[in-house]
Amino acid sequence: MANRTGDNGMKSLIQKLVETTGPSGYETVIREVIQNEINPEKGEVDALGNLIVRKGDKLAGGYRIMLAAHMDEIGLIASHVDENGFIRFNSIGGVRPHHLLGGRVRFMNGAEGVIGGDRLENQEKVHSLENLYIDAGFENEKTSTVKVGDVAGFVRPFLVLGNRLVAKSMDDRIGVAVLIEVLKQFKTSQHEVVFVFSTQEEVGLRGATTAAYGVDPDLGISVDVTLTGDTPKSSRMAVSLGKGPAIKVRDSGMISDPRVVRWMVQAAEKGKIPFQREILEGGSTDARVMQITRAGVPAGCVSIPCRYVHSPSEMVDYRDVQNSVKLILELIREPIHLERF
Amino acid sequence: MSTLKLIGKQQLKLIESLSNAVGVSGDEGEIRAIVMRELKDCADEIKIDPLGNVLVTHHSTDKHALKVMLAAHMDEVGFMVVEIDEEGYCRFETVGGIDIRYFPAKTVIVGKDHLPGVIGVKAVHLTQESERKTTMALESLRIDLGPDMAKKLKLGDRGTFATKFRKVGASLFGKALDDRLGVAVLIELVKNAPKNIELQVAFTVQEEVGARGARVAAYRFNPDIAFAIDCTPAMDFPVWDEQENTLYNTKLGHGPAFYVADAGTLSDPRLIRFLKSTAEKEEIPYQIRQPGAGGTDASAIHRQRSGIPSVSVSIPHRYTHSPILVARVEDLENTLRLLCATLSNIDRSILSGTR
Repeated sequence: MANRTGDNGMKSLIQKLVETTGPSGYETVIREVIQNEINPEKGEVDALGNLIVRKGDKLAGGYRIMLAAHMDEIGLIASHVDENGFIRFNSIGGVRPHHLLGGRVRFMNGAEGVIGGDRLENQEKVHSLENLYIDAGFENEKTSTVKVGDVAGFVRPFLVLGNRLVAKSMDDRIGVAVLIEVLKQFKTSQHEVVFVFSTQEEVGLRGATTAAYGVDPDLGISVDVTLTGDTPKSSRMAVSLGKGPAIKVRDSGMISDPRVVRWMVQAAEKGKIPFQREILEGGSTDARVMQITRAGVPAGCVSIPCRYVHSPSEMVDYRDVQNSVKLILELIREPIHLERF
Repeated sequence: MSTLKLIGKQQLKLIESLSNAVGVSGDEGEIRAIVMRELKDCADEIKIDPLGNVLVTHHSTDKHALKVMLAAHMDEVGFMVVEIDEEGYCRFETVGGIDIRYFPAKTVIVGKDHLPGVIGVKAVHLTQESERKTTMALESLRIDLGPDMAKKLKLGDRGTFATKFRKVGASLFGKALDDRLGVAVLIELVKNAPKNIELQVAFTVQEEVGARGARVAAYRFNPDIAFAIDCTPAMDFPVWDEQENTLYNTKLGHGPAFYVADAGTLSDPRLIRFLKSTAEKEEIPYQIRQPGAGGTDASAIHRQRSGIPSVSVSIPHRYTHSPILVARVEDLENTLRLLCATLSNIDRSILSGTR
């Protein structure tokens, strides 16, 4: 793969991130990948495993800004190994059973397997989770290196299709890649910027909940993917791939602070960065819990439009990724005035 | 801890009184009184917080000792009286998760005085075949107390099934074993508290309606790590078509069940590993609860403040949230032994280990 200065830019970083296995609660490996990338920044790891990197000091008139992207991904967890070595499982996060049959998984101990399904009475039906199993090549329970409670992630190689990038766990490794790039390029400003690579987002924003309490920010921004309405017969949504980062106005868990939305729009216009306004009808991000931590925090979200979210082939547009980096850098560089609602 | 008496006569008597007492979520006074009576003379500190949690602290000899919170919930599922008529019929709504199919034709106890009542049903002679194939709506059920007794009730009074505790051989039969067995285990632990840790024990309220008591208890204690001690279903029955049972949750007699993941918590992997290695060293049987739905006090505890590494350890039992639960003495003893060994050996190094 090309290095960072070549045409590939962030692509080798993205590939490294998306090809790492790290379901919710099991983020040690992906955290180490991130720590290596941001070297010599070390950061600290909190009680729930969030990686927290502080840059700069809060000067007069400045803010403590928490930027969060979650490093966990959806996955599976073994619930039973039967006498013939087949592994029954449950989901970690929002896994849809119709994406599973025929897929491949990798357990944290390295064991790999394929997903098969019981023969259904009605072949027209989609398998439910209880009707699926992982065949990891074991012939019986005794020889299985996978035990009840072991966790697996999906396996799918990174794919470049022109401007489109495809991988499992674009949600939210693409946000992680954006924050790493921002961290590398950010010099200093009057703000203290706290980069949080959060855990357990996919099971209910749990890492960001405790990180936000610990960081105690003045302003919170999450960087995550959002859905699009630009595919055949998709649900209606005014966000498309390639039209720029989406500035979240609302999702089903949070109404962005209107001052934050206005500030983001102005920064994008000033920096001549394409952007879209986002209203997401299902789902939420780490910004939700930042907003309601302690006595409350103005919060918003920079979203990267993504097709096929929570499938093994999530697709983003590379230009949106680069423009997200630009927008966030623009946001944290200058003085911020949020006084008026 | 080798001097620890396991489950003897005295402990069984305590479990009997805990199981027979009524403490439906939000009204845990009877259980609180038992806990206070048992522990007021052996705790370094004991207090009741604003939500009704009993918070017990046992200090370590070491000032910088690891602060370990243990929580077991005092409350149980049940029902609340919402309407009383002149005939002495009471309409009721559920408190916590109860399958309403459990209610018809059961004896119940209601209110502070444990007034006896019965949830009556039509005689079989008078029902149509089609009626007998459907579940009765909760709105159609009434508790029959009789007009004189019903006068002693108030709207909002709570009640539960009128099951009396029994020990039969190695099995314990009773209502509310979820989580009175956990309460009994923690009472024994406080009475035999290890000195190497700062022990913070919460007997919590309102777990069955969303781990509400544990949330504020964890805020106050602000511990380094936490264990929720609860009870979990064992559905280790034979499968009708003689296929392998793959959805049993846990199995009776297989020891304390460690949680890896449920709907509310992903347990800290370091704590799971520590429990496993302790059990293996001490030759105590254990099982991993099948990852899936459900939740314990850990769901609220681990998200408190800037995060508290947590794990749940549950005593398996059959027929959860029904009028009668069944548990085994050996599982209770093994849970107690495991927790004693775990707490005696744990220290600050657990927090610097890799996850």
